Amino acid sequence: MIKLTLEELKYKANDIRKDIIEMLLEAKSGHSAGPLDMADVFAALYFYVMNHDPKNPQWAERDRFVLSAGHIAPVLYATLAEAGYFPKEELKTLRKLGTRLHGHPHRGALPGIETSSGPLAQGTSQAIGMALALRMDHSRSRVFCVTGDGELNEGQCWEAFMFAGKNKLHNLTFIVDRNNIQIDGYTEDVMPLEPLRDKFEAFNFHVIEVDGHNVRAIIDACNEAKAVFEKPTVIIAHTIAGKGVDFMEGRFEWHGIPPGAQDVSGAPDKKEQGRIAIEEIRTLRGQIKGEHE
Amino acid sequence: MQDLHLNPNIGSENIEQEPTRKGYGEGVVEFGASDERVMVLTGDLAGSTQVLEFGKKFPNRFVEVGIAEQNMMGIAAGLALSGKVPFVSSYATFSPGRSWDQLRVSVCYSEANVKVAGAHTGISVGPDGATHQALEDIAITRVLPNLTVVVPCDYIQTKQATIALGKMVGPAYFRFAREKTSIMTTVKTPFEIGKAQIFREGTDVVIIGSGPVLYNGLLAAIELEKEGISVMVVNNHTIKPIDSETIIAAAKKCGAVVTLEEHQIMGGAGSAVAEVLAQNYPVPIEMVGVIDHFGESGEPNELIEKYGMGKDSVIIAINKVLSRK
Repeated sequence: MIKLTLEELKYKANDIRKDIIEMLLEAKSGHSAGPLDMADVFAALYFYVMNHDPKNPQWAERDRFVLSAGHIAPVLYATLAEAGYFPKEELKTLRKLGTRLHGHPHRGALPGIETSSGPLAQGTSQAIGMALALRMDHSRSRVFCVTGDGELNEGQCWEAFMFAGKNKLHNLTFIVDRNNIQIDGYTEDVMPLEPLRDKFEAFNFHVIEVDGHNVRAIIDACNEAKAVFEKPTVIIAHTIAGKGVDFMEGRFEWHGIPPGAQDVSGAPDKKEQGRIAIEEIRTLRGQIKGEHE
Repeated sequence: MQDLHLNPNIGSENIEQEPTRKGYGEGVVEFGASDERVMVLTGDLAGSTQVLEFGKKFPNRFVEVGIAEQNMMGIAAGLALSGKVPFVSSYATFSPGRSWDQLRVSVCYSEANVKVAGAHTGISVGPDGATHQALEDIAITRVLPNLTVVVPCDYIQTKQATIALGKMVGPAYFRFAREKTSIMTTVKTPFEIGKAQIFREGTDVVIIGSGPVLYNGLLAAIELEKEGISVMVVNNHTIKPIDSETIIAAAKKCGAVVTLEEHQIMGGAGSAVAEVLAQNYPVPIEMVGVIDHFGESGEPNELIEKYGMGKDSVIIAINKVLSRK
């Protein structure tokens, strides 16, 4: 069980972001925006909220983490490495032949990966299956499932939410990365989700909305979910796509590409993107010296 | 040859008949009583997939998912990854028809120990028409890595297969029919996943078939025997992993093959046989099944005849393949 202080969590999220950029630069393909914007949520989950043991990934009493939005795998890999599930050097093998860090997570390939994911929405149902099984076995473990917001276009999500509401799966918490972007554009242009809170409430969820970059608020929301016994909980984490790198923030163009691969309007020359991104993250855009590691 | 203790009434007008899906319903109850990890999920089709009895006996292990096959497959994967042994019960046209992506990634890629039971397969589903007649399920399942695919031939074998697949660790798909079909085996007949059964010895041609329609192959063999044609009949109940050894040996012995199934011939059980023989011991093959066509409404026996899977169609195929030897 790892419990960092709020200050330490802020730095841990920063380390995760730096890992993500370095991995993507090395891999030369992969997603940037989602992994960066979920770094604070992942830091809070793996370094404060969840019961887990990196030295014993199959520990029966662990909380389960299901990444339904498989394409943001870099943030999961970086977080698992930071937590000690596998050596950090291995992050550089992302997407390369023979790697355990596949483009999308593969259960069994790497310690700490509970499910395979990529085709969207599949994690929502699997998380339900896990929550059901844990409840049947009178386990106190909880299930956390991260989905994207564009992912909610998938019908399977709503089949799953209907089932979770019906069965009052209070040991299950969904966290939606509400970054407002998907591959083809802004979510409200591609397929509007709002009023999203109302949709979840109509499906019998306890809904909490948080600033997805406020680690304290994320922890509080996860604690609040533990106190709700009649409903599953969804935490809508309002995030800024590409958080931490100025030229990526809020831009859907960065959904599915790595830094350094192509010139994007409003961004630095592709040769400079990686260096600038790392420098901005390392120093929190000049706020700190970046010597905390 | 191993004594398979087949039903002595094969070929008789009085042969006993039961629907294969009933064997599934009884199989999950029997297996569920022996193992508390066993669960049954259904998508609003508890009655017609014959799992009501399981639900009555083990209500805490019975999950009504509603009409949501994708979610059902995913929940089953989550349950399996948490130590349960879930059986997913629906019509094959819906599951794995509508839930193939979930079967592929949530179940097969993760090697989740999920058993997918596809009811209402084949054209003999009858009056419900083409939408409900699964004729593609073998093709879309046998292509998936890690998945075992079984097509039991009758009620007794379906019950045996249900229990055997439940005991096996790993993802599996198996299919059954709606209507009563002839019972070719007995409770003494052994069943082993991946081991084809020689139902009848012969030397001129071998019928390698899967599912209840194999009975029409046996009828054809009996009729042709009177004309001096010796027909071997193999029950190839496991499509994957396929019993190459038995299939190759049969082809070597007879030199001509007719495949028989209630499924599209493209990508089905016959195709699996053809893949084995083309690569190991090519002999002339004729394939009996549905030929690139949807079904339609009608009585089961009418449809079997119209779409060319009756005894007479098998005889025509045998004569054709013999002429190519």
